[in-house]
Amino acid sequence: MSEPPISIQTTSVEQTRELASRLSELARAGDLIVLSGALGSGKTAFAQGFATGLGVTEHVTSPTFALVQSYSGRLDLHHLDVYRLDHVNEALDLGLAEMLDDNAVVVIEWGDTIAPVLPHQYLEIHLSHGTNTESRLVDLRPVGDGWQARHRALRAVITNVDESPSEN
Amino acid sequence: MPAETRDSMVPGLPSGDPGPDTLVLGIETSCDETAAACVRGGTEVLSSVVSSQVDLHARYGGVVPEVASRAHNELIIPVLAQSMVEAGVEGPDVDAVAATTGPGLIGALLVGVSAAKALALTWDVPFVSVNHLEAHLYAALLDEPDLEFPLLVLLVSGGHTMIVEMDGHGDYRLIGQTLDDAAGEAFDKVARFLGLGYPGGPAIDAAALNGDPAAIPFPRPMLNEGFDFSFSGLKTAVVNYVRENPDDSTEDIAASFQAAVVEVLVAKARRAAKASGAKALALGGGVAANSLLREQFLGACADDGIQGFLPSRAMCTDNAAMIASAGWYRLSGDGPSPLSTGANARDRMF
Repeated sequence: MSEPPISIQTTSVEQTRELASRLSELARAGDLIVLSGALGSGKTAFAQGFATGLGVTEHVTSPTFALVQSYSGRLDLHHLDVYRLDHVNEALDLGLAEMLDDNAVVVIEWGDTIAPVLPHQYLEIHLSHGTNTESRLVDLRPVGDGWQARHRALRAVITNVDESPSEN
Repeated sequence: MPAETRDSMVPGLPSGDPGPDTLVLGIETSCDETAAACVRGGTEVLSSVVSSQVDLHARYGGVVPEVASRAHNELIIPVLAQSMVEAGVEGPDVDAVAATTGPGLIGALLVGVSAAKALALTWDVPFVSVNHLEAHLYAALLDEPDLEFPLLVLLVSGGHTMIVEMDGHGDYRLIGQTLDDAAGEAFDKVARFLGLGYPGGPAIDAAALNGDPAAIPFPRPMLNEGFDFSFSGLKTAVVNYVRENPDDSTEDIAASFQAAVVEVLVAKARRAAKASGAKALALGGGVAANSLLREQFLGACADDGIQGFLPSRAMCTDNAAMIASAGWYRLSGDGPSPLSTGANARDRMF
């Protein structure tokens, strides 16, 4: 069964981006990252930090309108947003399987809402408001064997970010 | 037929370059509108048919691509037919077919692009690929052909927020753009969060009429920094405010949020106009229908002594007349597009 979630509280959006950037170092081709959390919890900011860590130089903007935006880095990144989908079956048309086969990492905002059609292996990152308006509680939930095996590495990233001074 | 043979087939105009009599049929299916229009000589709109799908999408709180492509498929032929009947033209009268090839939703784009190519092949006339954003610049020129270059356009929609300088036909420069959310996206998300419904722009506009725009001092993101925009933090500020003040008036929140967005949009556009020495400033995109933005935009232009232009609401929102017009100019500048030109969800104009 799955291990307990790994959690950290970030104190600023910059630190959330930094955490995402460091987590991206663990990413391998075919990995899926599911971002969940309420409106304004920092999902796009997380995706921006993740992209920076992958070496994406292009500016990462919200994919809400286009649904999918793709970038080149150490690994290619497909950045999706299923906010506008209300029916799980519509997500099937996004071509998720093809994107994962594409030597790329896929990051899906609001991905928890399409859980029934997600593959069996992914890392869910849940963002929620922390103790003040700037801080965010970040919960990491590895799903499937591939991410379970990286449990220790995930903890190490969390610990490093926790100990590094915040920019704010 | 081998693919390369077909790809190399680029039908030209029977009479060479496009002229004032050249009739372009335009097709637009990049998002939630299925539209077709007949425009002669790049400026004379003979017909412009838009079959809005907003009713269809209202149930879903947004544009849902699967629904959109299916609806485009159902509507494209009737809309095309109506645009030709209204214009009083028949197949042999059409000199070129232009379609939006991007940016937009890929499934939706493909419907219009496929229809355009099929018609171009059937009638043996040029196919012209048009960038949706470039077409929005032509929307302003269609309504007001006397706008002088350099023209600055503030383009604000659900998917885009940018300031573009147009120095001539086909000659564009990006001055600034959003670094995260588009202004229209912020309107949609805040409206949905406040329970005001979809589409968010008109919903916030209406609610704001009964609210106090000075009630809540929401942040004005990047107001004095460069020409880029950022609306994600403002959206978050609204969410945080509502979490902390759950009983506050929705109308006041809507009015205060709208005031913040409009102040930033207008301030940057007028500053960009001054910095670039533009002779005219025009609005474009769906958010240009916002009443506060229209009012403050014209006020700022009057104060600064610059020609300010608001296209009609029909020209601000997605339509095919702007596609046909942009297609005519593209045909003049670059000639026909190869039939191998595909739909590209991330097509760029710069």
